[in-house]
Formats: sequence, C-alpha cells, structure tokens
Amino acid sequence: MTVPIHYFLVLAAALFATGAVGFLVRRNLLILLMSIELMLNGVNLTLVAFNRLYPANHAGQLLAFFVIAIAAAEAAVGLAIVLAFFRLRGSVRSDEATALKH
Amino acid sequence: MTKMQLLEWAFFAIAALLSLGGAIATVAAQRPIRSAMGLLMTILGICGCYLLLHAEFLATIQLIVYAGAVVILFIFVVMLLGTAATSPSDGKPSFTRYLSAGVFLACVLGVGGLMLRVTSAQTRKTAIPTADASYGTIEKVGHELFTDKVIPFELTGALLLVAVVGALAVGRGKQVDPTRASSGESEKEA
Repeated sequence: MTVPIHYFLVLAAALFATGAVGFLVRRNLLILLMSIELMLNGVNLTLVAFNRLYPANHAGQLLAFFVIAIAAAEAAVGLAIVLAFFRLRGSVRSDEATALKH
Repeated sequence: MTKMQLLEWAFFAIAALLSLGGAIATVAAQRPIRSAMGLLMTILGICGCYLLLHAEFLATIQLIVYAGAVVILFIFVVMLLGTAATSPSDGKPSFTRYLSAGVFLACVLGVGGLMLRVTSAQTRKTAIPTADASYGTIEKVGHELFTDKVIPFELTGALLLVAVVGALAVGRGKQVDPTRASSGESEKEA
C-alpha cells in the first residue's frame, strides 16, 4: 500500500464538494439526482478508505454496502418522482416546482 | 521506488483523474445524457480506488449496482423524456444559487485547510497497517454480513421492496380503470 490514505480522503472530499455544488447550482432534476449520487459516492470512498486504516473488521465496507443499497432505492424512487413531475408540468426544471410556494 | 509502487501510483492517478473528471462532467454538462456518462466515469474511477484499498467485494458491487443498474436507469429516463430532458438553458444565473454554492465551497476549503494545519506531518505519515490477504474478499465480508450485520441486511431487503412498490406507485401515474371510468375522477385533487 504505497498511496497514503489522505490522498483518497482528499479525492472523496473533492467528489462530495463537486456533487454538492452541482446540486446547489443546477436546475435540471435529472442532474440534481446525479449530483446526489456523486455525494454518496464520495462518502462511500471515505468509509472504505478509513476502513483500510483499521482493517480489524469490515465495518466501513459494510456501511458503504448499505449506502449503495439505499442509493439504488433512492435513485429508483427519485426517477419515478421526476417522471411524475414531468407528467404534471411537461418539464424537468426544478424551479417549476412551485405548487407549495404560493 | 520499486516498479510495483510506481504502478500503484499510476493506477491511483488514473482512477483519481477519471473520477474527478467524471464528476466535473456530471455537474457541468448541458445535456443529461452527458451527465450520465460522466457519472459512469466517476463510478469506474471509484471502483479503481476500491481495488487499491483492498475492497474487492465492494468494487464488484459498485460496478454491478451503479454502472449496471443506476446509470442505466438514468439513461432510460433520459431516453424516455427525449428532448424534454434537456432544459435548453438553465435559466438566468441566479445570484443566491451561486452564493450558496460559494459559501459551501468556502466552508469545505476552510475545514480542509484547518485539518491540514491541525494534523502534523507525523500523523499523515502513519503507516497503513498491512491487511491479511483475506481482507475485503467476498468470503470475509459475506461472513461478517451474515453474522454481525444480519439484521440490517434483512432490513435492506425490506427497504428495497418498499422502494420498488413506491417507485411503481409514483411512476405509474393515474390510470383510469376502464370498467369504472365514471367513478375514476374521485381521486383527483381539488
């Protein structure tokens, strides 16, 4: 293991930050969902990297496993919501969702 | 530096570049299909990082679940929506959006800089313990999954079932039953 752990941690933080900035700036609902996936991936990478530092058990890897399962469920439900929203408004722009605003 | 170490560094550099480039492509692309391809790149890069971190099982799961299921699902939806998936412009750039993103980035950079100051060079050079050959393999992870973590594992099954039912219920939309089309209007919201 030659690559130090903090390189992975920095990479994970950069992924999370990219995803979060994308989530805040973009308005296309599909791209928002993909930004969420980016953030989840960044967190997973952190978990796996720290687990490598303490290899007595696999707690971090198993937590990442559960996060992947939940991310899959979230993507399915989120895309269904995007489809329903598209049927309602004919667009996937997030600022068209104003039914509760007024 | 031996040849093996050099190879490992090169592998890490490729994986990191792939995942970072993919992440930026995901966020910056104008068309969602290109975003999906960027997400795929990120996932491949992260898979490489998992391999470097001796998480072979997770690398496999990452490929199967993310590249094989989640990205395909995104591409299906993009295809289903057709041209409507691409909002021609993201609209006029709103100041508050960029302000919030800027504040977030400033926080990340601030905390990162603080961490670099607090951790001494010594702690950053902490040797990574050598893991035995079975670390991260399917046998070891599976054994732990089915002994210590069996309850969360079963609950994950329930969660996935609920997610399937929920996705169906939300995505199906309102369908009027042809046999009782007259009373089908009662569901409609006011």
